[in-house]
Amino acid sequence: FYLTPPQVNSILKANEYSFKVPEFDGKNISSVLGFDSNQLPANAPIEDRRSAATCLQTRGMLLGVFDGHAGCACAQAVSERLFYYIAVSLLPHETLLEIENAVESGRALLPILQWHKHPNDYFSKEASKLYFNSLRTYWQELIDLNSGETTDVREALINAFKRLDNDISLEAQVGDPNSFLNYLVLRVAFSGATACVAHVDGVDLHIANTGDSRAMLGVQEEDGSWSAVNLSYDHNAQNEHEVERVKMEHPKSEEKSLVKQDRLLGLLMPFRAFGDVKFKWSIELQKRVVESGPDQLNENEYTKFIPPNYHTPPYLTAEPEVIHHKLRPQDKFLVLATDGLWETMHRQDVARIVGEYLTGVHHQQPIAVGGYKVTLGQMHGLLTERRARISSVFEDQNAATHLIRHAVGNNEFGTVDHERLSKMLSLPEELARMYRDDITIIVVQFNSHVIGACQNEE
Amino acid sequence: AAGMFLRLLSDIQWRAANPKWRGMSSSRRRTSTTAEPHPVSLPAQAQVVICGGGITGTSVAYHLSKMGWKDIVLLEQGRLAAGTTRFCAGIVSTARPLSIERKMAHYSNKLYEQLEQETGVPTGYTKTGSISLAQTQDRLISLKRIASSLNVMGIPCEIITPKQAVQLHPLINIHDLVGAMYVPEDALVTSASVSLALATAASRNGVQIHERTSVSHVTVQKGHVTGVETDRGRIQCQYFVNCAGQWAYELGHSGEEPVHIPLHACEHFYLLTHPLTEPLSSSLPTVVDPDGRIYVRNWQGGILSGGFEKNPKPLFTEGRNQLEIQNLQEDWDHFGPLLSALLRRMPGLEALQIMQLVNCPESFTPDMRCIMGESPTARGYFVLAGMNSAGISYGGGAGKYLAEWMVNGYPSENVWPLDLKRFGTLQSSRTFLRHRVMEVMPLMCDLKVPRWDFQTGRQLRTSPLYDRLDAQGARWMEKHGFERVKYFVPPGKDLLDLDHSKTFYKPDWFDIVGAEVKCCKEAVCVIDMSSFTKFEISSTGDQALESLQYLFSNDLDVPVGHVVHTGMLNEKGGYENDCSIARLSKRSFFMISPTDQQVHCWAWLKNRLPNDSNLTVEDVTWKYTALNLIGPRAVDVLSELSYAPMTAEHFPSLFCKEMSVGYANGIRVMSITHTGEPGFVLYIPIEYALHVYNEVMNMGQKYGIRNAGYYALRSLRIEKFFAFWGQDLDAFTTPMECGREFQVKLEKGMEFVGQEALLEQKQNGVYKRFTMFILEDHDTDMDLWPWWGEPIFRNGRYVGKTTSSAYSYTLERHVCLGFVHNFDEKTGEGLVVTTDFINQGEYEIDIAGQRFQAKAKLYPFSSLFTQRRRKDEVELSGYQRE
Repeated sequence: FYLTPPQVNSILKANEYSFKVPEFDGKNISSVLGFDSNQLPANAPIEDRRSAATCLQTRGMLLGVFDGHAGCACAQAVSERLFYYIAVSLLPHETLLEIENAVESGRALLPILQWHKHPNDYFSKEASKLYFNSLRTYWQELIDLNSGETTDVREALINAFKRLDNDISLEAQVGDPNSFLNYLVLRVAFSGATACVAHVDGVDLHIANTGDSRAMLGVQEEDGSWSAVNLSYDHNAQNEHEVERVKMEHPKSEEKSLVKQDRLLGLLMPFRAFGDVKFKWSIELQKRVVESGPDQLNENEYTKFIPPNYHTPPYLTAEPEVIHHKLRPQDKFLVLATDGLWETMHRQDVARIVGEYLTGVHHQQPIAVGGYKVTLGQMHGLLTERRARISSVFEDQNAATHLIRHAVGNNEFGTVDHERLSKMLSLPEELARMYRDDITIIVVQFNSHVIGACQNEE
Repeated sequence: AAGMFLRLLSDIQWRAANPKWRGMSSSRRRTSTTAEPHPVSLPAQAQVVICGGGITGTSVAYHLSKMGWKDIVLLEQGRLAAGTTRFCAGIVSTARPLSIERKMAHYSNKLYEQLEQETGVPTGYTKTGSISLAQTQDRLISLKRIASSLNVMGIPCEIITPKQAVQLHPLINIHDLVGAMYVPEDALVTSASVSLALATAASRNGVQIHERTSVSHVTVQKGHVTGVETDRGRIQCQYFVNCAGQWAYELGHSGEEPVHIPLHACEHFYLLTHPLTEPLSSSLPTVVDPDGRIYVRNWQGGILSGGFEKNPKPLFTEGRNQLEIQNLQEDWDHFGPLLSALLRRMPGLEALQIMQLVNCPESFTPDMRCIMGESPTARGYFVLAGMNSAGISYGGGAGKYLAEWMVNGYPSENVWPLDLKRFGTLQSSRTFLRHRVMEVMPLMCDLKVPRWDFQTGRQLRTSPLYDRLDAQGARWMEKHGFERVKYFVPPGKDLLDLDHSKTFYKPDWFDIVGAEVKCCKEAVCVIDMSSFTKFEISSTGDQALESLQYLFSNDLDVPVGHVVHTGMLNEKGGYENDCSIARLSKRSFFMISPTDQQVHCWAWLKNRLPNDSNLTVEDVTWKYTALNLIGPRAVDVLSELSYAPMTAEHFPSLFCKEMSVGYANGIRVMSITHTGEPGFVLYIPIEYALHVYNEVMNMGQKYGIRNAGYYALRSLRIEKFFAFWGQDLDAFTTPMECGREFQVKLEKGMEFVGQEALLEQKQNGVYKRFTMFILEDHDTDMDLWPWWGEPIFRNGRYVGKTTSSAYSYTLERHVCLGFVHNFDEKTGEGLVVTTDFINQGEYEIDIAGQRFQAKAKLYPFSSLFTQRRRKDEVELSGYQRE
């Protein structure tokens, strides 16, 4: 049994989303042309989330991918809330005051973010009031703290990440009289999520990363070829610096038990994450919250389980590592993706496939037989493969979809094999996770003309 | 690429008798880049200058010189046989759709076969035979139709099973085949060598050949060719022959008086391979797999395989290119689907090593037929070009016909389907040609089904009622660029889409047309017939009458207001045109002829009418919209609209009168319908067209009026035994041969063109006779439908072919029209055909190899059709066109 190409396409395209930055008569032209995003679930339901929004009170655009674990609650909450925390962190004092005054007097609020959402990307209605109150507390503190300094993006990103994680933790400790919300905040806190967020403002690109999702810049060399530049470091056991950091933060006696089988305390793959209070709270706090919590939480073996060798919490942080990059005209696109993509594809291939897709040049150099010895059969095979490559390009209107097609369907020759694609996509739910992880991709395309112009101005 | 050219060149053993010629031949061996002095200067004048040294140009030179014309100069811009001819696959195949094409190919085959012996130049001629494969039943039917036609021409041909095919050619994979056609006498040649052999023979006969000489333009004075300007000087000449292949279009347009030669080049690819491990025999038959769009021939132990892809690449749309050898890019991706088809057909070739993919441009024409004949505007300007990638197959025969045309004034066969004058300026737009050839080239391999309509280059000429009719469900076909209605699809009824409507059997519109026919018989129908060619001829004195009396066989000296059906005959009495002429006044005439006569008839009149400023001919085709009201209630509709009595007593048949219809005045009403049914044709100045149409439709409502199309008209005219010019009638058919003696007035008191020939026929009898056949044991629902070109058998012997056919809804039978000959049993010579000969025979019509009994009739079933007629003139078997 095979899926037909249209069936394959409908699966691949179910979650695709594209956004083109509108042009305003040459004014306010963005360094971002637009972005394509897509998700392919392996878990049911999918535990990845994605977000994209334009900051309305400051300049810049925010894009992020979030990889949840132990459920999707934390990733969902982070995808809804993090950009507000970042946007608020970036706001000047006057704007914060204006907003607070508006809330105080019940006037209409200045819009902070314009979201670019796929219909499947939902926001929790029930928790919005709770989330809003936490956010308001944050900006009230920012107003009180008024340092008078201009906001640094790096700092804003770090503060926003840390503050949100703190709020998640606090909300779970305090609880909520509404039993649904009470259960929700606990689920958010006890599950976890990594985050990889990009903030683009003119030629300034900031990547804030927590965990093992990855940001990669696609660069076109002078000869037209494509290369990849990493703009984030994975926070996992493969990253020596990260292992070093964790060891530094805990007594020497725990050195051996900290990282086991490439996992934090032998359990967690990412070394930084939102939520995951089991790796952050003291044992007493965990026990108190679980016991006083709703029955569902009490009956859950996972939440009751205390990690082994748990002596000096917290073991986990949501603090991001921030990389700043000045965009150059040769920087054509940015790929943000969860580890589901990077497990299957090398970044160099990602750069080439997306680069060729976006430029529409598929390196279909005309074939010339010349003096070579080529048989009819060989030529036929070659032509069939080229045709397949062309047709797969024509099928996708979305760079992220195109990338997923390659990630899932590539054969050993680096071309999409329909049979393989069909097999991978028709795996039953319970098997899918064994062959592939959730994949979430955002491909941001830069406007080289604007970037070139900005460069000249500076 | 260079390797292959050397290889082809080395095949050519060059020997020439003419010393001048030898000088040239040795020069062409040297590298082409060195500028060398031209060994022989051009003559200042010649009778004929031929431009183009490919297969067509050398063939014309060869045949002209054979027919005794010696003062001929052939100019070639590069080297002989260096254009498309050089790259040609060299397949000589007689399996062609048109009768005239089969004749040309057959002649070419015979010519090439003996050419080496005649000239001493090896031509690589090998009689390999060819196998055409059928992957579908429909394809097999089309092959069977061709096989029937080839057999009656005396060309051996048989339908074989897939197993027999694999015995003839062991490489063929037959698992998906339903049958095949084997033509054992088809051949292979080295095309460049054939061309050189023809040039050699021509040169021995005195033709001067000059290479590296390009024609810049042709000079014309007073409508006659006077000479050519070349890059090496001027040559005065009486005749010019444009054989410039894909450059013929541009050459035609280079002069002051443009000659429109509608053709356009497309890239054409074929593959050459190294020899097989066990080299293929040079006698292995050529394989044509039209469903796979490919052909495969043996080539130097390996294969040569090309095809006609679905997505052709037209080129040189902007013109300009004058390169000698078009060494274009190989495009493997483009060739991919054809390669797939090749490996599917011959999987054993997988391991065969590629030598080269050759890209050679071929020129294609708007209707897939080649172009020959004389320019309608410049006398002495002849053309032979646009071979649609069959230059080798047609070259010999086409050259012969063109040479005959030039020497005798007419070719020995009816070449109207190929005549340059079937086109006009309207087909020479580059955009039109580019779009059309992209449709034509794939058609080379597409199934050729009855009633095919081109899809590109449409909606060029339309009636003012086009949108109105289209909104009422009209389905359209095109003739000479003019959109004409086939039938009207009633609301709520759906027809098959284009691809699925292709059939050799009963078509999906059968009931729709049946209903339109019924309405014509019982009530009244309107058919828009605006496409007809309309001329007005008038003079200050009697010049118009005198000239027309000379050019037409019927007596035109009739009272004003009368309409006369008459042939426009040639010296042999054959129909050059078939018209209705109304005498508008003493000194002016209104002439209606078939749509595609616009160029031909104009040229014919212009060349023969006296050059008299008091005599004017005007093409008024565009000025009038014609509405044909057919049916017994047409009288009522028209009399209500005009407040004039329209009954036979007041408005007899074959009568013409200007009157008012509705508010519109000056409508030319004629009591003819081109079907034999009662009714009228209204010639309406175009600004009144919509008004009159609306009035007619509104008034007609209570009489059950409806729209109808040409398919209904066709059924009506064929069951009435009406012949149609261009389909049934041609330049080789006389009125005597089609029962129209009553339209010839031998004693009208003055001489007319064709009179002598007709007199002779009247005395000695005719050699063929137009006959109507009613199919007896034919099941309309189950059996293949006749089309045209089906062989007719009398008492088991072949006597002729059908020329048109239709289902008669009145007779509930198929009716075929065609010509019966009387071939001598021993010699095959044509004998006189008498009425008794027709009547005393048992007839069968062969449809794709299956024979159906047919009843022959020389007169229509008049009893079945009641109608009012003028006593002295009977519209019966009179005249028809569509």
